[in-house]
Amino acid sequence: MMGLMERIGWTRGILAIFLVGLWFVTIVATDLDFSILFSDCLVRTGMNGILVLALVPAVRGGVGLNFGIPLGMICGLLGTIVFMDAGIRGPSGLFGSMVLGGAIGALAGWAYSRLLEAVKGQEMMVGIYVGFGAVAGASILWLVYPAQNQELVWPLGGEGLRNTLVLEGYFKQLLDRFWSFPIGSGFFPTGLLAFWLLLCLLVGLFLRTRVGLALSTAGANPRFAESSGINVRAMRSLGVILSTVLGAIGIVVFSQSYGFVQLYKAPLLMAFPTVAALLIGGATVRVAKISHVIVGTFLFQSVLTTSLPLVNDLIQQAEGGEAYANIPEIARLIISNGIILYALTRKERA
Amino acid sequence: MSRVRSVAVANLVPILFAVLCIGGIVSAHISLPLLANEILVRLGRNLFLVLSLIIPVVAGMGLNFGIVIGAMCGQIGLIIIENAGGQGVGALVSAMAISIPFSLLFGWLTGLLLNKAKGREMITGMILAFFANGIYQFAFLILAGPVIPLRNQAILLDSGVGLAVTIDLKGTGGILEHLLRPSFPFLGFKVAVPLASLLLITALCFGIRWYLRTKSGQDLRAVGQDMHVAEIAGHNVNRNRMRAILLSTVLGGIGHIIWLSSIGSINTYQSHEQVGPYAIAALLVGGATVVHATIWHAILGTLLFQTLFLIAPIAGQELLGSPQIGEFFREFVAYAVIGVTLALHAWKSRRG
Repeated sequence: MMGLMERIGWTRGILAIFLVGLWFVTIVATDLDFSILFSDCLVRTGMNGILVLALVPAVRGGVGLNFGIPLGMICGLLGTIVFMDAGIRGPSGLFGSMVLGGAIGALAGWAYSRLLEAVKGQEMMVGIYVGFGAVAGASILWLVYPAQNQELVWPLGGEGLRNTLVLEGYFKQLLDRFWSFPIGSGFFPTGLLAFWLLLCLLVGLFLRTRVGLALSTAGANPRFAESSGINVRAMRSLGVILSTVLGAIGIVVFSQSYGFVQLYKAPLLMAFPTVAALLIGGATVRVAKISHVIVGTFLFQSVLTTSLPLVNDLIQQAEGGEAYANIPEIARLIISNGIILYALTRKERA
Repeated sequence: MSRVRSVAVANLVPILFAVLCIGGIVSAHISLPLLANEILVRLGRNLFLVLSLIIPVVAGMGLNFGIVIGAMCGQIGLIIIENAGGQGVGALVSAMAISIPFSLLFGWLTGLLLNKAKGREMITGMILAFFANGIYQFAFLILAGPVIPLRNQAILLDSGVGLAVTIDLKGTGGILEHLLRPSFPFLGFKVAVPLASLLLITALCFGIRWYLRTKSGQDLRAVGQDMHVAEIAGHNVNRNRMRAILLSTVLGGIGHIIWLSSIGSINTYQSHEQVGPYAIAALLVGGATVVHATIWHAILGTLLFQTLFLIAPIAGQELLGSPQIGEFFREFVAYAVIGVTLALHAWKSRRG
């Protein structure tokens, strides 16, 4: 038993058992439709998957957990707004937002990588503040953005862009519904998951190319990399830029699935659950694989997605249970930050 | 000339903020006595907290983002007193006294964790604060009432489970500020001085000064300068670091009680979270760095930061016709100043 857990990994193992337990309780003790719940788990996984994937190149490049990922998200949001403002709808709006967001992300990621290069050893701490600063700075941008499209601005002479923009009629759930098929009362988000896994595959393949291997070597052992003729600085920069670009694409996919674009403070704390998902998958501050992304996102998002309706349902059954409605949110705080703490304090086998 | 220049470079951050503040005051057209009044209140409110950050910096542990833990303990003290219906100065002092054992316990746990994360104290402290917030919410949103015997309906939610989102400090609000409040005339207006808070802060300043000159304080300094050398010289590094965190947590708890009492209410699930970043930003604005912080940095920084905080929305209204931009701006400034200082420090330590 111990040996098996060692092989699966403790964090993954415990969370997997927990998830199966939650599902068991859902089926046995509640009237919730499990097929809808499972479908929601898959959608949530696909929604957050690219954001989690975005962390991998940065870890590989040796800058640690990229807490500055909100910078990428801001770029993606900016891309989305430009396309929405121009009234471009459908697939061209979706992919246009990704391309424009990604391009802005590449620029921002380059600048961000220059900064991280200057602060070696404190990348994660500085990254957190780059993320916070980007969100606060972008809030000013949203306030003064000269939007022409009336759907984006507050009606009746309000100031700046709205807090949430409705994607209905633009590209709401375009990927989710692509080639989707019903499972029970829910649906299988084929396009969403396929797009995520395709990006995972591309990043995985990239990491196996010459450049990708150089990137990983530069991150794992900079001195060795230097002596074998790899430009460590360029490789670290590449990791950060890729991470930021994927963050931009990730938030566009997140928004299309959610159906809303959330501005202002929404991305402020999104880095933390994203990082937690990767760590739950088995990654550490220095090691991250594509399999960690897939397993971690599915486990973490499924636990979150299941616990909310489950607790709500159990509350309605119990008398005076409304008081406990906050349990899922609290559990999310404790699990996601606990796992990051664990990763920060564990002894790394270098 | 070169000396002037080197002084200017060394104090770039405070000078920059002084310029921002003066520019803000000029463009905000605010009456000076009003400003002085407000700034004095804010100094009395915030300075104790900012001062509580100094000792860990001296011990080489960087900016103590774990101060949020101390703030939570302070809140625990106040909540217990409000639940019991305590009133007046005695109640406020009791709240501080109650917070101390909690601060010692949770500060000890914080110290254990930070000793396992040498070189990553700041980010670990920050994530620890988020984690502790989860535990705090669990205790006061779920357990308070049914398990933790808080019975005063004035501070509970209607269901009797969990604390209300805001708690009015009926017994302990504004006590310290109104204890001694002489006023003096200034440009034809009266400016009131929250003397009791300021006296307490002065006492703390001298206390910190005294402590850092004792044997124990000198040991901390040695550990802060170079852990390895201190270890070889026979200092117990972990114990010294633990002492720094314990002191900082206890002071942070008391400081947060002063802050809340001055505001007059607890934002049960949010007040403690705002404490960390703003106190740290204030210290840094005064010219402190990750490895060097003094009492003067704290005083100057709190003065400048609070002035900017006060002025930014008004100046935003006057200059750009939008108070909201000013508000986002001051938030941006708080984050930016921490980020830039961290970056500058990492950059300098790599070159040096």
